[in-house]
Formats: sequence, structure tokens, C-alpha cells
Amino acid sequence: MQTSLTEDYARVAESAYRIRRFALRMGEVQGQGYVGQALGYADVLATAYCHAMNFRADDPEWEGRDRFLLSHGHYAIAFYAALIEARIIPEDELETYGSDDSRLPMSGMATYTPGMEMSGGSLGQGLPIAVGMALGLRLKGNPAFVYNSMSDGELDEGSTWEAAMGAAHHGLSNLICLVDINNQQADGPSTKVMGFEPLADKWASFGWHVQRVDGNDLAAVIAAFDTARRLTEARPRVILFDTLMGKGVPFLETREKNHFIRVDPPEWQQAIDILDQAQGAAR
Amino acid sequence: MSTTTAKKPRLTTSAMIASIASEGQRVKAAPFGKALVELAMQRRDIVGLTADLAKYTDLHLFAQACPERFFQMGMAEQLLMASAGGMAKEGFVPFATTYAVFGTRRAFDFVHQVIAEENLNVKMCCALPGLTTGYGPSHQATEDIALMRGIPGMTIIDPCDALDIEQAVPQIAAHNGPVYMRLLRGNVPLVLDEYDYSFELGKAKLLRDGRDVLVISSGILTMRALEVAKALEADKVDVGVLHVPTIKPLDTATILREAGRSGRLVVVAENHTSVGGLGEAVATALLTAGVTPQFRQIALPDAFLDAGALPTLHDRYGISTEAMSATIKRWIG
Repeated sequence: MQTSLTEDYARVAESAYRIRRFALRMGEVQGQGYVGQALGYADVLATAYCHAMNFRADDPEWEGRDRFLLSHGHYAIAFYAALIEARIIPEDELETYGSDDSRLPMSGMATYTPGMEMSGGSLGQGLPIAVGMALGLRLKGNPAFVYNSMSDGELDEGSTWEAAMGAAHHGLSNLICLVDINNQQADGPSTKVMGFEPLADKWASFGWHVQRVDGNDLAAVIAAFDTARRLTEARPRVILFDTLMGKGVPFLETREKNHFIRVDPPEWQQAIDILDQAQGAAR
Repeated sequence: MSTTTAKKPRLTTSAMIASIASEGQRVKAAPFGKALVELAMQRRDIVGLTADLAKYTDLHLFAQACPERFFQMGMAEQLLMASAGGMAKEGFVPFATTYAVFGTRRAFDFVHQVIAEENLNVKMCCALPGLTTGYGPSHQATEDIALMRGIPGMTIIDPCDALDIEQAVPQIAAHNGPVYMRLLRGNVPLVLDEYDYSFELGKAKLLRDGRDVLVISSGILTMRALEVAKALEADKVDVGVLHVPTIKPLDTATILREAGRSGRLVVVAENHTSVGGLGEAVATALLTAGVTPQFRQIALPDAFLDAGALPTLHDRYGISTEAMSATIKRWIG
């Protein structure tokens, strides 16, 4: 078991590195973007797309696919990087990120991008959509999972908790919610904007199976996905990921923490160089 | 004690969800619920969702007939609309029911972003439209059409009676895209079977012609307009009635043709605030086409309405048969 985990670990770690790199290249195209979140969440996205999920890169609407809802539409830059790594969209398309007529708009929209299951951006909508999709899949007898990916800021939205109650009430064992806890919102640290702890207890009291892990500890992330998928209990699962914005680029990790990290023009290449050096050393 | 009670004048009151049928009027029970069950027998992709109002939207009939396709979402309208969107994404045709105030006001962003922005196949059927309860502004959906008209791609249906509803159900299911239908539930008046009429999605229909006045109306005000037309026959006032059950997209061609006939006062009558509903839609269509008849609006005022008995309120706000007749007589002098 250790051997196979190690092999998969190395492969997923390579993917996480490339997802971070793709996101930085897109950020450079626009001169801005939610790259702090992308760097912080890359390990979770790499695990989803390169370890856990069933999908067909050449057929993004394949009926048997696991559904991945990007509720936090502003994570589009991170998600496009994952879609490129998953070969659902071609790498050269990242040059168009955020440009007129691009399939890769600044905020994720279902009608623009292959592999994008919902239009996010108005926060707190992914989980209630996921409830409907999970009910629909169960009614069809389709064994696919619905993953709803959301930010900790979306914990402020009442609709998140309407859906949390609904998912538990309907016993949706095919629903896995992923929460990125980076503790950053538009107006400051999430804990100051609207305190949400004790978060694991909240979800558990709503009737969910709860795991809380370091979202930048790749082995722990992989194990959490595996546990969520293999459970046999008839209840929804949530994985709470504590992540570090800017992860992998020390000068961004330590930059004054902002929801929207400022990156100066020469720093894009510096950040990519740091990632490349670290990855070379890891190999 | 008992003598004191007997001397008290009896106050006027009405139930929260009183039937809008008048005394002795022909009615059909639960036309929406029955039509949906009939459709669901033919179409396996029909599902039903509600937010704790199955019994009050006639969806309980569907829940009894198709329990495996009925989903109770609790008193959570954001979840109702978003999960209906999720089911539509999985290929189902969800009928989502609640009261019109909650389906529009409370869940607006979920209707807008989840359902409409992706043109999902959700059919929102919402009861207590306009002024059909005396319960007060919390339950009076006086601006639901204005809200929904602002959403691109939204189809809006304001049925008049049981016949309209039962014929609309299969047609809105067959339509590809989101639909908002104002729902009459319980014992619903049956009116339109007396006319050579059938519901066609997107079509306005002339129910009766008239030389002096053309009433362009939707919903229960079409029923009222037909009563007004009969009442004014005695006064030798000839009233035509053009029923517009589809508010959006508007059947502009038919409206222009009928309103363009010279010499008639055009009155738009709707169970909705004067802001943003059928009246303004018709006015825009007429002015844009350069058709300028004498034009009047019968609508609810731009105000938070009173609580009270429904007949009292319909009189007070000018949408009872008697009030509408008097208003129109005054306008034509």
C-alpha cells in the first residue's frame, strides 16, 4: 500500500506543481488574478483531477463523469490550470485568459468553458446546485460523485446551510463538499469578517461526515479524498482543507495577506523560477 | 354576554388563501396538480420540488402519484431553486413550487444566476400571484412579474383560469428553457371554456370583440374583464377582451393589430403593480411601433397594500368587476 501511495503521490505532486505554474502564467497574461488562492488550492485540485475523479478529457460531458462544481467562481484561474493539467482544455489556450472572446473568462462560467459545470461568482450557489445534481444522479441510478468546491467565505451565505441541511436530510452519499479554508475574504481574515469556528463541529451537527486536513499536505489530501469516496454511510461528506495562500512561492506566502495578492510585473517570472527550482530539487 | 355578541356587527374577513372564485362560479379543483400528474405519466423526466408548500400549490397530488420523483426541500427557497437547477442539469424537467413572493423576491439571485443564466429547464409555478390573499404584503406578490421580466430568456405565464393552467402545463414542460408561471390553486374558476379558446404558449387571443373599448389583460383580470364586458352591455358599451397569458415573450404582433384599430380606448388590466408589468410592456410595444390609441392602465398601485378581506381589497384597489366597470365607464364618458 505504501508503494502505490508513494507512486501516486509523486505523480499528483508533479500535477500540483504544473497547476501552480499554469496559474502563474495566466496571472502574468492579465497582470493580475487570484493567484494566491490558486497556489494555495493546487494540491486539492491536483488530487481531484489526477487521483480521485472519473472523467474523459476528450468528452467533458460524458454521462459517467464525476461532477466538479466550482462554486467560488473567482478560483477560475486555479480551475483552468487544473483543466489544462487534465488535458480538458489545451495548454496554449491559457494565453487567452481573461481576454475578449476567450473561453477562459475571469470568473468561471458554465457556458464558456469545457469542463465547467456551473456559473459561479455569486457565492453560496454551488452546494444547493450540488444537492439537486446528487438527487438527479441517484434517481437515474448513476453512481458518479458530485464534488462541490467552495471557499470559506461562502460559509457566510445562508444558502450554504440550507443545502447542508438538505443534503443530510436526503442522505446524499454521492455528494462530497470541499472547503478551502485560507482565512482570507475581501474585507480581511475570515475569522474577523464572520467567525465560523468550530467548523468541523458545525458540519458534523448538520449530519455530515467531516474530515479536516492540512490542504497543503498532499498525502493527507489524497487520503481524505480516498476516505470520502470509500465511505459506505448514507450521508454527505465534507473535507475542510486548511491552506496557505501563495503556497510554493515563499515571497507570496509571506506577503501581507490579502484576498487579492498584488504581484509586480517582474515577480511573475521570479515566482515561476522558484517553483521550477523547487520541483527540480524534488526530482 | 351572548346578547352583546349578537348585537356586534359582523366584520368582513376572508381566509389567508381564500379561493378567488366568486359565489356560485364554476370551478375545477387543483387543475395544476392534476395536469402535472397526467403529464408525469407520459414523461419520466418530470420531477417535482417544493419548499414546504406542496399542499398549498397542489403539488401534493404529484407527490402522491409519483413519490419517487417528488423532492421536499424544506422551507428553503434558495435551495429549492438552485437544486431544481441541479436536477435540470442532470436532464430532468423540474417543476418547483412555492408562493410567488418567495419564488421571486427571496430566491431571485438563484433564479437569475443558477437557472436563467444557463437557460436551464426549470418550471417555477408559484401560487398567490398579485393580490390573491388578504394576508398583507408578506404574501402579496404584487411585483413578481416586474422582477421576472427583467431576467433575459425568462418565459412568464399569467393564466386566467383552470383551463389555461391545465393546457399550459404540458406546453411549458415542452418549452426549452426557464418558465415562471403564476399559479392559481385549490378551487380555480373555469371561465375560458365558454369561449372559442385554447392556450398557446406565446400567443395572445381575442376572446370577444368590441367597438368601444379593448381590454388587454392577463391572469384573473381577464376573468374580470369578461365580466365587465357583460356588465357594460346594459350600458351599450361594447368591450373587447384580448387575453395575454404569456407576458414574456409578448405577442406584440397581435397586440399591435388589435390596439391599432382606430377609435377604441385601450385599457391594460393586470393583477400586478402598475410598475414593470403587462401595462408597461404593452405601452412600450405600442409607442415603439407608433401606435398611439387612448391608453389607460388598471393595475395595483405602487404601494404596500393593505391586509384585509380579499373582496374588500379588490374593490379598494380597483380590480373587482364593479370597480373596473365604473372606472371604464368614467373613462369613456
